[in-house]
Amino acid sequence: MLEVRDLACLRGERAVFAGLSFRVAAGSAVLLTGANGAGKSTLLRLLAGLLRPADGTILWRGEDVAADPGAHAARLRYLGHQDAVKPALTVAENLAFFARLWGGEVAPALAALGLATLADLPGRVLSSGQKRRLALARLALAPASLWLLDEPTTGLDAASVERLRPLLAAHRAAGGIVLAATHIPLPIEDAEELRL
Amino acid sequence: MSAFLTLTGREIRLALRHPADTLAAVLFFVIVAALFPFGVGPAPETLARIAPGALLAAALLAALLPLDRMFGADAEDGTLDQLLVSGLPRAGIAGAKALAHWITTGWPLMAATPVAAAMLNLPVEAWGAAIAALALATALLSLLGTAGAALTLGARRGGVLLPLLVLPLAIPAVIFGAAAIEAAGAGLSPSPFLLLLGAGVSLAVPLAPLAAGAALTGD
Repeated sequence: MLEVRDLACLRGERAVFAGLSFRVAAGSAVLLTGANGAGKSTLLRLLAGLLRPADGTILWRGEDVAADPGAHAARLRYLGHQDAVKPALTVAENLAFFARLWGGEVAPALAALGLATLADLPGRVLSSGQKRRLALARLALAPASLWLLDEPTTGLDAASVERLRPLLAAHRAAGGIVLAATHIPLPIEDAEELRL
Repeated sequence: MSAFLTLTGREIRLALRHPADTLAAVLFFVIVAALFPFGVGPAPETLARIAPGALLAAALLAALLPLDRMFGADAEDGTLDQLLVSGLPRAGIAGAKALAHWITTGWPLMAATPVAAAMLNLPVEAWGAAIAALALATALLSLLGTAGAALTLGARRGGVLLPLLVLPLAIPAVIFGAAAIEAAGAGLSPSPFLLLLGAGVSLAVPLAPLAAGAALTGD
């Protein structure tokens, strides 16, 4: 369903990777591994459409995603290094903004990540792990076909990592794709590994 | 359209949670206007003569203050990445930012115009024209400033570069805005100048967000 052909990326005139090709079927999970600087985050940003590839194409169901960036954006969720949590807004308000963009209910998404009791706290008082959980709660809002997760479990305690298991399983059962860059084992079954 | 309004609403809500930014712009405007009587002397005729230009220049400088952080804050905490992959067109993101900047900076400046106008001894007949001219001039600056803020995002010393990019483009706003206030003060109709200013705004409404959107990248 997701196919990458001869992808190359330059960062500051230096090739991060080149000639990268792979294919991901619906419902599968791919763990991106590799040393620091191997291009895991860069690949995720390329797939999200945040960076333009120097060469090669990204295909979704056989169609080049660059032809319709709006449609591609609508089918993906990107979780970057930063949590995109506004310190001045409450936990519920932070998530409600994305709920209005994508649809979905705030309360169940907060409950899925164990944030229900923090709903009225402003973002600035959250710990880094709580901010990460709020960022992950965006995944629980509304279905999207492609999840691009950059180190999703940074700062999470073991119980919170375990909360991802049902989310990831439900996403894959619905035919969704997960690509995650990680050094820590994710609660995910039979994932393929792509070593950059 | 609803995504556009959602983003505008969020920007306004954030500005209300941090009223210091808006307050700083308004106080800057009033203080700059208050400096002129000290500089050129308190003679009422001299003050009234320079009032239109001084009002416009002070308002545009004040409106520049929050532009520096327009995209910078979102870029730092990762919100900009989320907006860019939200499916909202990049020009739409920029347009919503420009509208929110105008509402949170331009409107308070309009409200403070009578205070500044009184300190500059502007004839009361011209206050209405002054508010109208500031409404249009700050709208133009919000639009041009959004493009400038998107262009200087991530640049070192972007805060210095931004006024150098934006203010030369805002010269027509000063010329026509001041002319409108002057005409109203002399008992003439300010509408020809306001219409020219409005033409500038209507040109910038589609073009500036497109330019800003093209400058917004995930790099």
